[in-house]
Amino acid sequence: MLQDKDRIFLNLYGQDDWGLEGARRRGIWDNTKELVALGRDEIIQRIKDSQLRGRGGAGFPAGLKWSFMPKENDGRPHYLVINADESEPGSCKDREILRYDPHMLLEGCVIAGFAMGAHKAFIYIRGEYWEPLQHLEAAILQAREAGLLGDDACGSGWAFDIEVSRGAGAYICGEETALLESLEGKKGQPRLKPPFPAAVGVYGCPTTVTNVETVAVAPSILRRGVEWWTGLGRPNNTGTKIFSISGCVNQPCNVEEEMGIPMKELIEKHAGGVRGGWDNLQAVVPGGSSVPCLPEPICKHMLMDFDSLREAKSGLGTAAVIVIDKSVDIVEAITRFSHFYMHESCGQCTPCREGTGWMYRVMKRLVKGEAEIDEIDTLLDVTYQVEGHTICALGDAAAWPIQGLIRHFRPELEQRIASYRQMMQAAE
Amino acid sequence: MSVLKTTTYDPPRTDGFVFSPENKAKADAYRTRYPEDRQASAVLWLLYLAQEQNGGWLSSDAIEYVAAELDMAPIRVHEVATFYTMFNLRPVGRYLVQVCRTTSCWMRGSDAITKACLEEAGTGALGEVSEDGVFSVVEVECLGACCNAPMFQVNDRDYFEDLTPESARAVMAKLRAGEEVKPGSQSGRAGSEPQEGAKTLLHLAESPAPAGDGA
Repeated sequence: MLQDKDRIFLNLYGQDDWGLEGARRRGIWDNTKELVALGRDEIIQRIKDSQLRGRGGAGFPAGLKWSFMPKENDGRPHYLVINADESEPGSCKDREILRYDPHMLLEGCVIAGFAMGAHKAFIYIRGEYWEPLQHLEAAILQAREAGLLGDDACGSGWAFDIEVSRGAGAYICGEETALLESLEGKKGQPRLKPPFPAAVGVYGCPTTVTNVETVAVAPSILRRGVEWWTGLGRPNNTGTKIFSISGCVNQPCNVEEEMGIPMKELIEKHAGGVRGGWDNLQAVVPGGSSVPCLPEPICKHMLMDFDSLREAKSGLGTAAVIVIDKSVDIVEAITRFSHFYMHESCGQCTPCREGTGWMYRVMKRLVKGEAEIDEIDTLLDVTYQVEGHTICALGDAAAWPIQGLIRHFRPELEQRIASYRQMMQAAE
Repeated sequence: MSVLKTTTYDPPRTDGFVFSPENKAKADAYRTRYPEDRQASAVLWLLYLAQEQNGGWLSSDAIEYVAAELDMAPIRVHEVATFYTMFNLRPVGRYLVQVCRTTSCWMRGSDAITKACLEEAGTGALGEVSEDGVFSVVEVECLGACCNAPMFQVNDRDYFEDLTPESARAVMAKLRAGEEVKPGSQSGRAGSEPQEGAKTLLHLAESPAPAGDGA
């Protein structure tokens, strides 16, 4: 178990003051000027060396992403955009950073923004997060007043400021190019890539979009050292991570843990164990609704990091661990995800717009067993027709939970269809 | 994508709409956040202000007023208002109770919360406005408070978390009576720590620093 001394998010539970005074007490904004003085190349190199991977779901190497920004300024301003549109079902970690430690994010923005040659950051926060929005805006005012943001941010000589934009209830705006569209005041429909945001982003300017948690940990990595960070977890899956454990556990909670912690240890030590004991576990969705579920026999030995979960044909995603015990109808649990994706599809690409509704309607019938056996394969086939055939990854995200269900729970589906048929025959 | 509840798109007309002086000032302040030639970026902020002033929903007049304010084509703002689910295009109750229905909340009893809310509101169906105009209850997709499930949000503001059917009804009864309600966890948690108390960051739990208000 990670020791408190290695934890970064010291106010994860809101026990301390979230304002500037509390933040300074926790070591935030301590010598930020010196971190900036490392210089652009050194900051990016250290983030690369730390093997920090993006915390927003895809796990893309953060240092590499930051390095995509043009080295020379061609006259267009550079922008840093923080993706605080946390909407992945099961995920509720960024909310805690935003409302209980907003200064961590702001300090990270100064570092990341400087490393990208940006003088301005936009934080795009999901519309429903009212309390986090209030805290974030207050924190920005405090930071401006204290000279931590402004023409000479932290006394570094670098002009840097942050503005907040508020979303309005669209999951798709968590997709980076949809977020940029929304930031420009349009419907949040994803753009084709290329061009990538680092070349043509918000207002047509070089932009990097990155998750709250990724940016919030960056100053700590620079301060405590790359070796400290890479000493946690295992190669390519380094450092600490906030895990959100929800669903059928005795004590759902957010907790910062070491990457690669065994799933069983995570659930039992921190979340009070599965309701009714480990043997009552049916499946776990290890990384938010988009990733395929894993049945208990796999969960038992599973390590919680990007590569381990990838090998098991699932993913770490946002590290939102959704625990499903045996009392839950797993088909309905996944059907709720399908409903979610149908509701959140932006409607731009036909396979997703039509496919998500189609998949939901079949899933709804499968809950009752009102289907033919070969429809399971038809459904699976449709998921593969949606996956990879859309502009953004929402189509993939809608397909994967269903693929996971069929991969691991096909007998359950078949049995359900058989019992429904028997019931109908008996009724005749 | 917001799914329109009607087959034709026609947010009702009202007798025109203009920002109150306070909202006009707020709108101008929001607009300074974006470059001068990119004022459309402020459209969501302005729609929120308009929705609040208009009693929790956006009429066609309000939408077109915002378009004129930002020098946008009206259709562009209609597009935005219909795309984002937090904008209501029909009148709603004074308190719009939005119960999260997605899997994490559902497994912890969101169906029972929805039922209790409908009973307390005295409405027969989701989306209906109660006769006294105080409540409408809807089900929404994941609100991102999964470790504090089940939960609901009231209007575009407060979260009420760790609900039971009883505590959900109690919150609504207080809202109806105009009494003060305490947002956040209804089971006594500060945030998303385990219900029985934090197992990490114990040095903070043992000697809590004075919890400031951040101001």
